Amino acid sequence: RPCFISEVACLCIVCLHVVSFLFALQRSVVYIFWGDEGGGNLTDVSVSARPTADIISTVEFNHSGELLATGDKGGRVVIFQQETENKSQPQCRSEYNVYSTFQSHEPEFDYLKSLEIEEKINKIRWLPQKNAAQFLLSTNDKTIKLWKISERDKRPEGYNLKEEDGRYRDAATITTLRVPVFRPMDLMVEASPRRVFANGHTYHINSISVNSDNETYLSADDLRINLWHLEITDRSFNVVDIKPANMEELTEVITAAEFHPHQCNTFVYSSSKGTIRLCDMRASALCDKHSKLFEEPEDPSNRSFFSEIISSISDVKFSHNGRYMMTRDYLSVKIWDLNMENRPVETYQVHEYLRSKLCSLYENDCIFDKFECCWNGNDSVVMTGSYNNFFRMLDRSQRRDVTLEASRESCKPRQVLKPRRVCAGGKRKKDEISVDSLDFNKKILHTAWHPQENIIAVATTNNLYIFQEKVN
Amino acid sequence: MFSKGTKRKFSDGDEEISDESLVGARVASSYNLQRQSLLDMSLIKLQLCHMLVEPNLCRSVLIANTVRQIQEEMTHDGSWHMVTEAFCGPGQSPSERLVATEVLCRSREQDAEPKLFSVISYEGCREEEVVADETLCSVSVSDTVSNVCLAGRVGQCWEKSELSGVERDEEALEDSRLGSGEDEEIDTEDGASTESPKTTGQVFGTFEIKNGSPGPDSALEELFSDVDTSYYDLDTMLTGMQSAPKMGPYDLLDSLAPSHGSPSIVSTPTCRSDLNELDHIMEIIVGS
Repeated sequence: RPCFISEVACLCIVCLHVVSFLFALQRSVVYIFWGDEGGGNLTDVSVSARPTADIISTVEFNHSGELLATGDKGGRVVIFQQETENKSQPQCRSEYNVYSTFQSHEPEFDYLKSLEIEEKINKIRWLPQKNAAQFLLSTNDKTIKLWKISERDKRPEGYNLKEEDGRYRDAATITTLRVPVFRPMDLMVEASPRRVFANGHTYHINSISVNSDNETYLSADDLRINLWHLEITDRSFNVVDIKPANMEELTEVITAAEFHPHQCNTFVYSSSKGTIRLCDMRASALCDKHSKLFEEPEDPSNRSFFSEIISSISDVKFSHNGRYMMTRDYLSVKIWDLNMENRPVETYQVHEYLRSKLCSLYENDCIFDKFECCWNGNDSVVMTGSYNNFFRMLDRSQRRDVTLEASRESCKPRQVLKPRRVCAGGKRKKDEISVDSLDFNKKILHTAWHPQENIIAVATTNNLYIFQEKVN
Repeated sequence: MFSKGTKRKFSDGDEEISDESLVGARVASSYNLQRQSLLDMSLIKLQLCHMLVEPNLCRSVLIANTVRQIQEEMTHDGSWHMVTEAFCGPGQSPSERLVATEVLCRSREQDAEPKLFSVISYEGCREEEVVADETLCSVSVSDTVSNVCLAGRVGQCWEKSELSGVERDEEALEDSRLGSGEDEEIDTEDGASTESPKTTGQVFGTFEIKNGSPGPDSALEELFSDVDTSYYDLDTMLTGMQSAPKMGPYDLLDSLAPSHGSPSIVSTPTCRSDLNELDHIMEIIVGS
């Protein structure tokens, strides 16, 4: 039986400890949303009327992993909720079902510049949960919004003056008095905007990060980083400003920024020149002088006209333990020890076979794609996306890596995902795909890892895939 | 593909060419060709932007840095003179363009040391100006001579008067503001030969409204004095982009001369009229 063979293969592999874990696609876990071919899982019929609005632009688990938020190019936020078959057994199969959908941002028109402001959601960040409601920050290019997502599963019934549907009762028919009581109702999830943080940025916002103090957060655009208080919307503090006095001297922009997970005074920001600066807000109000500068000296043998472009960092993420940070540039993922500035402690090639294709990738603008990266819960594995709907998982502890594909054709229910191989040149082996056959329109830019379990969310252009570790 | 291998300087041909140096020369010229096409591609990328949405600043900065890098290398290789030679020939180009190129040619003859010139014009106003780029000399095709901004290392034969003469014709508010700003820049650049070339800096020049240019604009400036000028960052460059023609990014590439040695043909794509722009804006307003 093919099933038996795959199970034996799994066991063998597990026994050999070649791969630390495997991923199986379970039919109920994977939800194809917004897809053209989507069937009954489409939650909103109007989605198909705006195909370009469906491009997923950000994916983020909340702190418990129970909720998964996605933002798209049309300004919508869709939140999924995890439901386990058997809550007592955490390793059981999980399902992620749509929990809430709302329109976060609308397109705007800047009349002063005669330009549109895109409603595309660039980033979503969850706040740690403090009460029954959930809060998240979502941002487009210019405006950040704080959304409250709350549940309502009870409603008052038994009004004296009104019928259940709201119509007023005829006063003559009221003969008795009663106290309305709360009765259970179908769960309703409401999302309401609680704060709008506008007019803080001249340039396009690329990052937001909630501070560990749970009171402040930072937002970064191409040239500035602002510090906000979650309660105050009409004021923000500028903490980093790299705008030159003469814009003609501009050669470097900010590409990403993040607060340290534990130290509320520390944040980092990355640049288009491949440097990361760590700043301490205790040092001064304006953190233009960095506390640490992380930069790896260039490899002279690999120098080309594209060296600077591919060194531009597209994402920076602290590890959960706060000791390391990971950066993603065009071809590699680097792990930095916060105590060592002159070079990363680990470097992983994501798709080195693209190095010889840089000119074509420059021509079709793919070289400017901004890939994100993420850590798993215990910081032992990192994950990032690539082209052709491939994504890579890099095991730091075992120095192993695997390339997997997120596509309907390659994902069969209850079957382990098959590792993919790309043939850089020479003879192409069976099951390998050659570099020239890669589809550069199918890119995985956004991935997220559940903070505690081995559940990952992978966003292709239009679809969201959720994979879970195979449990026997 | 573009890794810098060892190559020889392209010889004039006076020396006796052995087999080895012939191969080397071929490698060098193909490298030069590739480099040139990369430069052309980069300049087109800088100029063709989305009509309605602000272009990605990170992308623009990276492309501009690449252009700067190529130009620096071309300067060191001494192959820059080939670029300017292309413009010394006769052509149907408007006289204003010849003014700029004449300066380049003149400076070339006089100096042994190569000068780094980059002519990138950019739309400074909302009028329909179109940039057409051949190799490096971008010229705005319009009736009024405007927006030809020259930057780079300035040699001693730099004709400032001609430059300011070119720029005096600029009419629009932003243009003149930027033009006078340009004069100031050229002044400062005169003495500094080691100053880094402000090659593609012009691209971002419009991001900033240059203050402190008194004159006929002062009345208008007062009028707008309470306006937050930070809003104007990016505006002139980007509104200029609005009038860029709707061509695919590779249409201009096709019309480019394959090698920098051949006489250049200025491709002049048709301009978008104000009317189309207005229509589009009306669509958005009505549509929303």
